[in-house]
Amino acid sequence: MAVFFQQIINGLSLGSIYALIALGYTMVYGIIQLINFAHGDIMMAGAYIAFFVVVYLKLNIWWAFIISMIGSALLGVIIERVAYKPLRNATRLAPLITAIGMSLFLENGGLMVLGTDIRSYPGGLITNAQLPLTLFGIRLTATTLQLLILAITIVMMIILQYIVHYTRAGKAMRAVSYDADAARLMGINVDNTISLTFALGSAFAAVAGILLGLYYNNIQPLMGIMPGLKAFVAAVIGGIGLIPGAMVGGFALGIFETMVSGYWSSNLRDPIVFLLLILILLVKPAGLLGKNNTEKV
Amino acid sequence: MLLKVENLDVYYGAIHALKGISLEVKEGEIVTLIGANGAGKSTTLNTICGLLRPQSGRITFQGQALNGLPAPAIVKLGISQVPEGRRIFPNLTVKENLELGAYLRRDREGISRSMRDVFRRFPRLEERQKQMAGTLSGGEQQMLAIGRALMSRPKLMLLDEPSMGLAPLLVQEIFNIIKEINQQGTTILLVEQNANMALSVAHRGYVLETGRITLQGKAAELAANAAVKKAYLGG
Repeated sequence: MAVFFQQIINGLSLGSIYALIALGYTMVYGIIQLINFAHGDIMMAGAYIAFFVVVYLKLNIWWAFIISMIGSALLGVIIERVAYKPLRNATRLAPLITAIGMSLFLENGGLMVLGTDIRSYPGGLITNAQLPLTLFGIRLTATTLQLLILAITIVMMIILQYIVHYTRAGKAMRAVSYDADAARLMGINVDNTISLTFALGSAFAAVAGILLGLYYNNIQPLMGIMPGLKAFVAAVIGGIGLIPGAMVGGFALGIFETMVSGYWSSNLRDPIVFLLLILILLVKPAGLLGKNNTEKV
Repeated sequence: MLLKVENLDVYYGAIHALKGISLEVKEGEIVTLIGANGAGKSTTLNTICGLLRPQSGRITFQGQALNGLPAPAIVKLGISQVPEGRRIFPNLTVKENLELGAYLRRDREGISRSMRDVFRRFPRLEERQKQMAGTLSGGEQQMLAIGRALMSRPKLMLLDEPSMGLAPLLVQEIFNIIKEINQQGTTILLVEQNANMALSVAHRGYVLETGRITLQGKAAELAANAAVKKAYLGG
Protein backbone atom coordinates (compact mmCIF):
# COMPACT_ATOMS: atom_id res chain seq x y z
CA MET A 1 0.00 0.00 0.00
CA ALA A 2 2.90 2.36 0.66
CA VAL A 3 3.83 2.28 -3.02
CA PHE A 4 0.24 2.96 -4.00
CA PHE A 5 -0.20 6.07 -1.85
CA GLN A 6 3.26 7.34 -2.59
CA GLN A 7 2.61 7.04 -6.30
CA ILE A 8 -0.71 8.85 -5.93
CA ILE A 9 1.22 11.78 -4.44
CA ASN A 10 3.81 11.67 -7.23
CA GLY A 11 1.11 11.18 -9.84
CA LEU A 12 -0.79 14.25 -8.68
CA SER A 13 2.26 16.46 -9.29
CA LEU A 14 2.95 15.04 -12.71
CA GLY A 15 -0.76 15.01 -13.51
CA SER A 16 -1.04 18.69 -12.56
CA ILE A 17 1.57 19.57 -15.11
CA TYR A 18 -0.10 17.41 -17.78
CA ALA A 19 -3.44 19.02 -16.98
CA LEU A 20 -2.04 22.53 -17.37
CA ILE A 21 -0.64 21.65 -20.79
CA ALA A 22 -3.72 19.69 -21.81
CA LEU A 23 -5.92 22.72 -21.11
CA GLY A 24 -4.18 24.64 -23.88
CA TYR A 25 -4.57 21.77 -26.34
CA THR A 26 -8.21 21.37 -25.56
CA MET A 27 -9.10 25.08 -25.63
CA VAL A 28 -7.50 25.54 -29.03
CA TYR A 29 -9.13 22.37 -30.33
CA GLY A 30 -12.48 23.52 -28.95
CA ILE A 31 -12.33 26.79 -30.81
CA ILE A 32 -10.74 25.94 -34.17
CA GLN A 33 -10.58 22.10 -34.18
CA LEU A 34 -6.80 22.20 -34.49
CA ILE A 35 -4.37 20.02 -32.59
CA ASN A 36 -1.66 22.59 -31.97
CA PHE A 37 1.40 20.34 -31.99
CA ALA A 38 3.62 23.34 -31.25
CA HIS A 39 1.95 23.66 -27.84
CA GLY A 40 4.58 21.59 -26.01
CA ASP A 41 7.28 23.80 -27.51
CA ILE A 42 5.55 26.94 -26.30
CA MET A 43 5.80 25.32 -22.87
CA MET A 44 9.56 24.95 -23.45
CA ALA A 45 9.78 28.62 -24.42
CA GLY A 46 7.96 29.50 -21.20
CA ALA A 47 10.47 27.51 -19.16
CA TYR A 48 13.36 29.37 -20.82
CA ILE A 49 11.80 32.82 -20.43
CA ALA A 50 11.53 32.13 -16.71
CA PHE A 51 15.13 30.89 -16.65
CA PHE A 52 16.40 34.13 -18.19
CA VAL A 53 14.26 36.23 -15.87
CA VAL A 54 15.70 34.61 -12.73
CA VAL A 55 19.28 34.25 -13.99
CA TYR A 56 19.84 37.50 -15.87
CA LEU A 57 17.23 39.87 -14.48
CA LYS A 58 17.70 38.34 -11.02
CA LEU A 59 14.02 38.58 -10.24
CA ASN A 60 12.25 36.12 -7.99
CA ILE A 61 10.29 33.10 -9.19
CA TRP A 62 6.90 34.87 -9.02
CA TRP A 63 8.07 37.55 -11.44
CA ALA A 64 9.42 34.76 -13.59
CA PHE A 65 5.96 33.19 -13.69
CA ILE A 66 4.30 36.48 -14.64
CA ILE A 67 6.81 37.53 -17.30
CA SER A 68 6.96 34.04 -18.76
CA MET A 69 3.17 33.83 -18.97
CA ILE A 70 3.02 37.16 -20.81
CA GLY A 71 5.90 36.24 -23.12
CA SER A 72 4.48 32.82 -23.95
CA ALA A 73 1.02 34.28 -24.54
CA LEU A 74 2.56 36.68 -27.06
CA LEU A 75 4.44 33.83 -28.71
CA GLY A 76 1.24 31.77 -28.93
CA VAL A 77 -0.64 34.67 -30.53
CA ILE A 78 2.15 35.35 -33.02
CA ILE A 79 2.23 31.67 -34.02
CA GLU A 80 -1.52 31.67 -34.49
CA ARG A 81 -1.53 34.86 -36.58
CA VAL A 82 1.46 33.90 -38.73
CA ALA A 83 1.01 30.17 -39.20
CA TYR A 84 -2.63 29.22 -38.61
CA LYS A 85 -4.80 32.23 -39.39
CA PRO A 86 -3.93 32.30 -43.11
CA LEU A 87 -5.17 28.69 -43.27
CA ARG A 88 -8.51 29.35 -41.56
CA ASN A 89 -10.47 28.37 -44.69
CA ALA A 90 -8.15 25.59 -45.85
CA THR A 91 -8.81 21.89 -45.29
CA ARG A 92 -8.26 20.70 -41.73
CA LEU A 93 -5.15 18.81 -42.74
CA ALA A 94 -3.25 21.98 -43.79
CA PRO A 95 -3.07 23.70 -40.38
CA LEU A 96 -2.36 20.34 -38.74
CA ILE A 97 0.72 19.83 -40.89
CA THR A 98 1.66 23.46 -40.33
CA ALA A 99 1.45 22.83 -36.58
CA ILE A 100 3.90 19.94 -36.88
CA GLY A 101 6.17 22.21 -38.92
CA MET A 102 5.91 24.96 -36.33
CA SER A 103 6.78 22.45 -33.62
CA LEU A 104 9.91 21.33 -35.48
CA PHE A 105 10.81 24.97 -36.11
CA LEU A 106 10.61 25.84 -32.42
CA GLU A 107 12.54 22.73 -31.37
CA ASN A 108 15.36 23.18 -33.84
CA GLY A 109 15.32 26.95 -33.55
CA GLY A 110 15.59 26.42 -29.80
CA LEU A 111 18.59 24.11 -30.25
CA MET A 112 20.24 26.67 -32.50
CA VAL A 113 19.68 29.71 -30.30
CA LEU A 114 19.82 28.16 -26.84
CA GLY A 115 22.32 25.41 -27.53
CA THR A 116 22.10 21.78 -26.57
CA ASP A 117 23.11 22.34 -22.95
CA ILE A 118 20.81 21.10 -20.25
CA ARG A 119 20.32 23.94 -17.80
CA SER A 120 18.68 24.09 -14.44
CA TYR A 121 17.05 26.80 -12.41
CA PRO A 122 19.33 28.20 -9.70
CA GLY A 123 18.92 26.61 -6.29
CA GLY A 124 16.93 28.34 -3.59
CA LEU A 125 14.26 29.71 -5.94
CA ILE A 126 11.68 27.97 -3.85
CA THR A 127 12.06 26.15 -0.58
CA ASN A 128 11.90 22.48 -1.30
CA ALA A 129 11.64 20.50 1.89
CA GLN A 130 10.55 16.94 2.54
CA LEU A 131 7.25 16.69 4.35
CA PRO A 132 6.76 13.45 6.26
CA LEU A 133 3.19 12.29 5.95
CA THR A 134 1.41 9.48 7.70
CA LEU A 135 -1.69 8.04 6.11
CA PHE A 136 -3.45 5.02 7.72
CA GLY A 137 -0.22 4.38 9.58
CA ILE A 138 1.83 4.35 6.38
CA ARG A 139 4.79 6.72 6.22
CA LEU A 140 4.94 8.65 2.97
CA THR A 141 6.88 11.62 1.70
CA ALA A 142 5.78 14.62 -0.24
CA THR A 143 7.86 17.68 -0.98
CA THR A 144 6.81 21.29 -0.64
CA LEU A 145 7.43 21.58 -4.39
CA GLN A 146 4.85 18.87 -5.02
CA LEU A 147 2.34 20.74 -2.89
CA LEU A 148 3.18 23.98 -4.67
CA ILE A 149 2.64 22.37 -8.08
CA LEU A 150 -0.75 21.06 -7.03
CA ALA A 151 -1.76 24.36 -5.43
CA ILE A 152 -0.72 26.47 -8.43
CA THR A 153 -2.56 24.10 -10.75
CA ILE A 154 -5.75 24.28 -8.74
CA VAL A 155 -5.57 28.08 -8.57
CA MET A 156 -4.98 28.27 -12.35
CA MET A 157 -7.96 26.01 -12.98
CA ILE A 158 -10.21 28.15 -10.81
CA ILE A 159 -9.04 31.27 -12.65
CA LEU A 160 -9.73 29.57 -15.99
CA GLN A 161 -13.20 28.47 -14.93
CA TYR A 162 -13.91 32.03 -13.84
CA ILE A 163 -12.71 33.50 -17.15
CA VAL A 164 -14.61 31.00 -19.27
CA HIS A 165 -17.88 31.13 -17.38
CA TYR A 166 -18.19 34.60 -15.93
CA THR A 167 -16.44 37.07 -18.20
CA ARG A 168 -17.57 38.64 -21.45
CA ALA A 169 -14.50 37.25 -23.24
CA GLY A 170 -15.19 33.76 -21.86
CA LYS A 171 -18.76 33.82 -23.13
CA ALA A 172 -17.43 34.92 -26.51
CA MET A 173 -14.99 31.98 -26.48
CA ARG A 174 -17.75 29.50 -25.78
CA ALA A 175 -19.96 31.07 -28.45
CA VAL A 176 -17.21 30.96 -31.08
CA SER A 177 -16.35 27.36 -30.21
CA TYR A 178 -19.92 26.35 -30.91
CA ASP A 179 -20.82 28.46 -33.93
CA ALA A 180 -18.41 31.08 -35.25
CA ASP A 181 -20.85 32.65 -37.73
CA ALA A 182 -23.60 32.99 -35.14
CA ALA A 183 -20.99 34.58 -32.86
CA ARG A 184 -20.16 37.12 -35.60
CA LEU A 185 -23.84 38.01 -35.75
CA MET A 186 -23.64 38.91 -32.06
CA GLY A 187 -20.85 41.35 -32.87
CA ILE A 188 -18.09 39.10 -31.54
CA ASN A 189 -14.71 39.57 -33.21
CA VAL A 190 -13.93 35.93 -33.96
CA ASP A 191 -10.25 36.50 -34.84
CA ASN A 192 -9.56 38.28 -31.57
CA THR A 193 -11.40 35.61 -29.64
CA ILE A 194 -9.27 32.90 -31.26
CA SER A 195 -6.11 34.88 -30.43
CA LEU A 196 -7.24 35.24 -26.85
CA THR A 197 -7.69 31.47 -26.66
CA PHE A 198 -4.13 30.92 -27.88
CA ALA A 199 -2.87 33.52 -25.40
CA LEU A 200 -4.60 31.82 -22.47
CA GLY A 201 -3.51 28.34 -23.49
CA SER A 202 0.09 29.49 -23.97
CA ALA A 203 0.18 31.24 -20.60
CA PHE A 204 -0.96 27.99 -18.99
CA ALA A 205 1.74 26.11 -20.90
CA ALA A 206 4.33 28.58 -19.55
CA VAL A 207 3.31 27.78 -15.98
CA ALA A 208 3.55 24.07 -16.78
CA GLY A 209 6.99 24.56 -18.32
CA ILE A 210 8.35 26.31 -15.24
CA LEU A 211 6.87 23.71 -12.89
CA LEU A 212 8.32 20.93 -15.01
CA GLY A 213 11.73 22.63 -14.98
CA LEU A 214 11.60 22.91 -11.21
CA TYR A 215 10.31 19.35 -10.75
CA TYR A 216 12.94 17.61 -12.87
CA ASN A 217 15.54 20.28 -12.19
CA ASN A 218 16.46 20.67 -15.83
CA ILE A 219 15.36 22.48 -18.95
CA GLN A 220 16.46 21.90 -22.53
CA PRO A 221 15.15 22.85 -25.96
CA LEU A 222 13.49 19.47 -26.59
CA MET A 223 11.81 19.29 -23.20
CA GLY A 224 8.40 20.05 -24.75
CA ILE A 225 8.16 17.00 -26.97
CA MET A 226 7.31 14.17 -24.60
CA PRO A 227 5.22 16.13 -22.06
CA GLY A 228 3.46 17.78 -25.00
CA LEU A 229 2.52 14.41 -26.47
CA LYS A 230 1.51 13.07 -23.07
CA ALA A 231 -0.69 16.09 -22.43
CA PHE A 232 -2.27 15.56 -25.83
CA VAL A 233 -3.03 11.99 -24.75
CA ALA A 234 -4.47 13.39 -21.51
CA ALA A 235 -6.73 15.78 -23.43
CA VAL A 236 -7.98 12.92 -25.61
CA ILE A 237 -8.56 10.67 -22.59
CA GLY A 238 -10.67 13.35 -20.93
CA GLY A 239 -12.44 14.31 -24.14
CA ILE A 240 -10.75 16.74 -26.49
CA GLY A 241 -12.43 20.15 -26.60
CA LEU A 242 -13.76 19.84 -23.05
CA ILE A 243 -12.06 21.90 -20.36
CA PRO A 244 -13.06 19.61 -17.45
CA GLY A 245 -11.91 16.71 -19.64
CA ALA A 246 -8.39 18.13 -19.81
CA MET A 247 -8.28 18.47 -16.03
CA VAL A 248 -9.55 14.95 -15.38
CA GLY A 249 -7.44 13.48 -18.19
CA GLY A 250 -4.29 15.19 -16.93
CA PHE A 251 -4.61 13.91 -13.39
CA ALA A 252 -5.72 10.45 -14.56
CA LEU A 253 -2.74 10.13 -16.88
CA GLY A 254 -0.26 11.39 -14.28
CA ILE A 255 -1.43 8.87 -11.71
CA PHE A 256 -1.63 6.06 -14.27
CA GLU A 257 1.94 6.75 -15.37
CA THR A 258 3.41 6.80 -11.88
CA MET A 259 1.54 3.58 -11.06
CA VAL A 260 3.05 1.86 -14.08
CA SER A 261 6.51 3.07 -13.01
CA GLY A 262 5.94 2.14 -9.38
CA TYR A 263 4.52 -1.34 -9.83
CA TRP A 264 6.02 -2.37 -13.10
CA SER A 265 8.85 -0.58 -14.80
CA SER A 266 9.75 2.96 -15.83
CA ASN A 267 10.85 1.61 -19.19
CA LEU A 268 7.34 0.44 -19.95
CA ARG A 269 5.74 3.72 -18.89
CA ASP A 270 5.74 5.49 -22.26
CA PRO A 271 4.70 2.53 -24.43
CA ILE A 272 1.83 1.82 -22.08
CA VAL A 273 0.67 5.44 -22.10
CA PHE A 274 0.44 5.44 -25.87
CA LEU A 275 -1.20 2.02 -25.82
CA LEU A 276 -3.78 3.62 -23.55
CA LEU A 277 -4.33 6.34 -26.17
CA ILE A 278 -5.00 3.70 -28.82
CA LEU A 279 -7.39 1.84 -26.51
CA ILE A 280 -9.32 5.01 -25.64
CA LEU A 281 -9.62 5.94 -29.31
CA LEU A 282 -10.95 2.44 -30.06
CA VAL A 283 -13.32 2.09 -27.14
CA LYS A 284 -14.47 5.59 -26.29
CA PRO A 285 -13.21 8.03 -28.91
CA ALA A 286 -15.10 10.96 -27.38
CA GLY A 287 -13.10 10.54 -24.17
CA LEU A 288 -14.09 9.92 -20.56
CA LEU A 289 -16.29 13.03 -20.29
CA GLY A 290 -17.34 13.21 -23.94
CA LYS A 291 -20.83 12.28 -25.03
CA ASN A 292 -20.61 10.20 -28.14
CA ASN A 293 -23.40 11.65 -30.21
CA THR A 294 -22.96 15.31 -29.44
CA GLU A 295 -19.93 15.85 -31.65
CA LYS A 296 -19.90 19.45 -32.83
CA VAL A 297 -20.51 20.14 -36.48
CA MET B 1 -34.64 54.92 -46.87
CA LEU B 2 -33.33 52.71 -44.10
CA LEU B 3 -31.80 49.92 -46.19
CA LYS B 4 -30.99 50.03 -49.86
CA VAL B 5 -29.58 47.08 -51.81
CA GLU B 6 -28.53 47.80 -55.39
CA ASN B 7 -27.52 45.32 -58.09
CA LEU B 8 -26.09 42.79 -55.68
CA ASP B 9 -24.11 39.91 -57.14
CA VAL B 10 -22.97 37.12 -54.85
CA TYR B 11 -21.12 33.94 -55.74
CA TYR B 12 -20.62 30.76 -53.76
CA GLY B 13 -17.48 29.54 -55.45
CA ALA B 14 -18.61 29.01 -59.03
CA ILE B 15 -22.31 29.26 -58.23
CA HIS B 16 -23.90 32.61 -59.07
CA ALA B 17 -26.28 32.79 -56.10
CA LEU B 18 -27.58 36.37 -56.43
CA LYS B 19 -27.84 37.88 -59.87
CA GLY B 20 -28.08 41.62 -59.50
CA ILE B 21 -30.86 41.98 -56.97
CA SER B 22 -32.09 45.34 -55.71
CA LEU B 23 -34.45 46.02 -52.86
CA GLU B 24 -35.37 48.70 -50.39
CA VAL B 25 -36.66 48.79 -46.83
CA LYS B 26 -38.18 51.97 -45.44
CA GLU B 27 -38.16 52.86 -41.80
CA GLY B 28 -41.05 51.26 -39.90
CA GLU B 29 -41.88 48.67 -42.55
CA ILE B 30 -42.13 44.92 -42.54
CA VAL B 31 -40.76 43.80 -45.89
CA THR B 32 -40.80 40.15 -46.84
CA LEU B 33 -38.67 38.22 -49.24
CA ILE B 34 -40.44 35.08 -50.42
CA GLY B 35 -39.29 32.35 -52.71
CA ALA B 36 -38.55 28.65 -52.96
CA ASN B 37 -35.73 26.81 -51.31
CA GLY B 38 -32.42 27.81 -52.88
CA ALA B 39 -33.74 31.02 -54.44
CA GLY B 40 -31.14 33.09 -52.57
CA LYS B 41 -33.16 34.43 -49.63
CA SER B 42 -30.70 33.48 -46.90
CA THR B 43 -27.80 34.54 -49.12
CA THR B 44 -29.35 38.00 -49.34
CA LEU B 45 -29.64 38.30 -45.56
CA ASN B 46 -26.15 36.93 -44.93
CA THR B 47 -24.68 39.41 -47.40
CA ILE B 48 -26.45 42.33 -45.72
CA CYS B 49 -25.09 41.10 -42.37
CA GLY B 50 -21.53 40.92 -43.63
CA LEU B 51 -21.15 37.13 -43.39
CA LEU B 52 -20.82 36.94 -47.18
CA ARG B 53 -18.96 39.32 -49.48
CA PRO B 54 -20.74 40.52 -52.61
CA GLN B 55 -18.92 40.35 -55.93
CA SER B 56 -20.46 43.65 -56.95
CA GLY B 57 -23.32 45.92 -55.97
CA ARG B 58 -23.99 48.30 -53.10
CA ILE B 59 -25.65 47.97 -49.74
CA THR B 60 -26.38 51.16 -47.83
CA PHE B 61 -27.90 51.49 -44.38
CA GLN B 62 -29.04 54.95 -43.32
CA GLY B 63 -26.95 56.30 -46.14
CA GLN B 64 -23.78 54.50 -45.04
CA ALA B 65 -22.16 51.89 -47.27
CA LEU B 66 -22.00 48.44 -45.66
CA ASN B 67 -19.87 46.83 -48.36
CA GLY B 68 -16.71 45.36 -46.94
CA LEU B 69 -17.62 45.99 -43.32
CA PRO B 70 -17.16 42.96 -41.06
CA ALA B 71 -20.25 41.49 -39.40
CA PRO B 72 -19.57 43.00 -35.93
CA ALA B 73 -19.39 46.54 -37.39
CA ILE B 74 -22.73 46.00 -39.09
CA VAL B 75 -24.30 44.81 -35.82
CA LYS B 76 -22.96 47.96 -34.21
CA LEU B 77 -24.72 50.12 -36.82
CA GLY B 78 -28.04 48.60 -35.79
CA ILE B 79 -28.75 45.51 -37.88
CA SER B 80 -29.30 42.20 -36.17
CA GLN B 81 -30.25 38.84 -37.58
CA VAL B 82 -32.38 35.98 -36.33
CA PRO B 83 -30.63 33.31 -38.39
CA GLU B 84 -32.16 30.35 -40.14
CA GLY B 85 -32.37 27.36 -37.84
CA ARG B 86 -32.15 29.78 -34.88
CA ARG B 87 -28.43 29.14 -34.25
CA ILE B 88 -28.72 29.71 -30.52
CA PHE B 89 -25.73 28.63 -28.42
CA PRO B 90 -26.96 25.34 -26.87
CA ASN B 91 -23.95 25.07 -24.56
CA LEU B 92 -24.74 28.41 -22.92
CA THR B 93 -27.62 29.26 -20.61
CA VAL B 94 -30.65 31.17 -21.83
CA LYS B 95 -29.48 34.25 -19.96
CA GLU B 96 -25.95 33.99 -21.39
CA ASN B 97 -27.40 33.76 -24.89
CA LEU B 98 -29.28 36.99 -24.27
CA GLU B 99 -26.19 38.65 -22.82
CA LEU B 100 -24.29 37.74 -25.98
CA GLY B 101 -26.99 39.51 -27.97
CA ALA B 102 -25.92 42.67 -26.14
CA TYR B 103 -22.22 41.87 -26.65
CA LEU B 104 -21.34 45.26 -28.18
CA ARG B 105 -23.27 47.32 -25.64
CA ARG B 106 -21.50 48.67 -22.56
CA ASP B 107 -24.42 50.31 -20.74
CA ARG B 108 -25.10 47.88 -17.92
CA GLU B 109 -28.30 49.69 -16.95
CA GLY B 110 -29.63 49.67 -20.48
CA ILE B 111 -28.74 46.00 -20.97
CA SER B 112 -30.66 44.92 -17.89
CA ARG B 113 -33.60 47.06 -19.04
CA SER B 114 -33.52 45.29 -22.43
CA MET B 115 -33.29 41.94 -20.63
CA ARG B 116 -36.41 42.81 -18.62
CA ASP B 117 -38.19 43.80 -21.84
CA VAL B 118 -37.31 40.46 -23.44
CA PHE B 119 -38.51 38.59 -20.34
CA ARG B 120 -41.77 40.57 -20.37
CA ARG B 121 -42.29 39.61 -24.00
CA PHE B 122 -41.25 35.98 -23.47
CA PRO B 123 -42.06 34.94 -19.88
CA ARG B 124 -40.98 31.36 -20.70
CA LEU B 125 -37.44 32.57 -21.20
CA GLU B 126 -37.41 34.18 -17.77
CA GLU B 127 -38.56 30.92 -16.16
CA ARG B 128 -35.78 29.08 -17.98
CA GLN B 129 -33.02 31.67 -17.85
CA LYS B 130 -30.59 29.40 -15.99
CA GLN B 131 -31.23 26.38 -18.23
CA MET B 132 -28.90 25.42 -21.06
CA ALA B 133 -30.42 26.82 -24.24
CA GLY B 134 -30.07 23.41 -25.92
CA THR B 135 -32.72 22.01 -23.57
CA LEU B 136 -35.42 24.40 -24.81
CA SER B 137 -38.20 23.31 -27.16
CA GLY B 138 -38.15 24.46 -30.77
CA GLY B 139 -40.61 27.29 -30.15
CA GLU B 140 -38.73 28.47 -27.09
CA GLN B 141 -35.47 28.41 -29.04
CA GLN B 142 -37.06 30.61 -31.70
CA MET B 143 -38.17 33.01 -29.00
CA LEU B 144 -34.67 33.01 -27.59
CA ALA B 145 -33.21 33.74 -31.03
CA ILE B 146 -35.61 36.68 -31.43
CA GLY B 147 -34.93 37.89 -27.88
CA ARG B 148 -31.19 37.63 -28.46
CA ALA B 149 -31.48 39.74 -31.62
CA LEU B 150 -33.53 42.34 -29.72
CA MET B 151 -30.81 42.66 -27.08
CA SER B 152 -28.67 44.70 -29.45
CA ARG B 153 -31.57 47.21 -29.84
CA PRO B 154 -31.54 46.94 -33.64
CA LYS B 155 -33.05 49.51 -35.96
CA LEU B 156 -33.41 46.77 -38.56
CA MET B 157 -34.05 43.15 -37.72
CA LEU B 158 -33.51 40.43 -40.31
CA LEU B 159 -35.51 37.27 -39.72
CA ASP B 160 -34.65 34.12 -41.64
CA GLU B 161 -37.40 31.48 -41.75
CA PRO B 162 -38.76 32.07 -38.23
CA SER B 163 -41.60 29.59 -38.84
CA MET B 164 -39.33 26.71 -39.80
CA GLY B 165 -40.09 23.49 -37.95
CA LEU B 166 -42.74 24.98 -35.68
CA ALA B 167 -46.31 23.82 -35.05
CA PRO B 168 -49.02 25.99 -36.69
CA LEU B 169 -50.16 27.47 -33.41
CA LEU B 170 -46.61 28.52 -32.57
CA VAL B 171 -46.13 29.95 -36.05
CA GLN B 172 -49.13 32.21 -35.45
CA GLU B 173 -47.67 33.27 -32.10
CA ILE B 174 -44.25 34.04 -33.60
CA PHE B 175 -45.83 36.15 -36.34
CA ASN B 176 -47.90 38.08 -33.80
CA ILE B 177 -44.67 38.80 -31.94
CA ILE B 178 -42.96 39.96 -35.13
CA LYS B 179 -45.85 42.35 -35.78
CA GLU B 180 -45.68 43.62 -32.22
CA ILE B 181 -41.92 44.21 -32.42
CA ASN B 182 -42.49 46.17 -35.63
CA GLN B 183 -45.25 48.26 -34.08
CA GLN B 184 -42.88 49.17 -31.28
CA GLY B 185 -40.53 50.72 -33.80
CA THR B 186 -38.20 48.08 -35.23
CA THR B 187 -38.06 47.77 -38.99
CA ILE B 188 -38.16 44.19 -40.23
CA LEU B 189 -36.89 42.31 -43.27
CA LEU B 190 -38.48 38.87 -43.20
CA VAL B 191 -37.46 35.86 -45.25
CA GLU B 192 -40.03 33.09 -45.39
CA GLN B 193 -41.05 29.99 -47.25
CA ASN B 194 -44.43 30.27 -45.57
CA ALA B 195 -45.53 32.98 -48.03
CA ASN B 196 -49.09 33.05 -46.73
CA MET B 197 -48.03 34.02 -43.25
CA ALA B 198 -45.31 36.37 -44.41
CA LEU B 199 -47.63 38.32 -46.73
CA SER B 200 -50.28 38.54 -44.02
CA VAL B 201 -47.98 40.55 -41.71
CA ALA B 202 -45.81 42.40 -44.25
CA HIS B 203 -46.38 45.81 -45.81
CA ARG B 204 -44.46 45.03 -48.98
CA GLY B 205 -42.83 42.02 -50.51
CA TYR B 206 -40.35 40.78 -53.08
CA VAL B 207 -40.43 37.43 -54.85
CA LEU B 208 -37.04 35.86 -55.40
CA GLU B 209 -36.50 33.15 -58.02
CA THR B 210 -33.09 31.55 -58.60
CA GLY B 211 -31.16 34.65 -57.63
CA ARG B 212 -33.38 37.25 -59.31
CA ILE B 213 -36.25 39.38 -58.09
CA THR B 214 -39.16 38.57 -60.35
CA LEU B 215 -42.01 40.42 -58.64
CA GLN B 216 -42.44 43.13 -56.06
CA GLY B 217 -45.24 45.15 -54.60
CA LYS B 218 -47.59 45.69 -51.70
CA ALA B 219 -48.15 42.53 -49.70
CA ALA B 220 -51.88 42.49 -50.44
CA GLU B 221 -51.23 42.83 -54.18
CA LEU B 222 -48.71 40.01 -54.14
CA ALA B 223 -51.10 37.81 -52.19
CA ALA B 224 -53.72 38.42 -54.89
CA ASN B 225 -51.32 37.88 -57.78
CA ALA B 226 -52.21 34.76 -59.77
CA ALA B 227 -48.62 33.68 -60.35
CA VAL B 228 -47.70 34.08 -56.70
CA LYS B 229 -50.83 32.21 -55.64
CA LYS B 230 -49.97 29.34 -57.92
CA ALA B 231 -46.29 29.10 -56.97
CA TYR B 232 -46.23 29.94 -53.29
CA LEU B 233 -49.69 30.01 -51.76
CA GLY B 234 -50.81 26.55 -52.72
CA GLY B 235 -53.50 27.45 -55.22
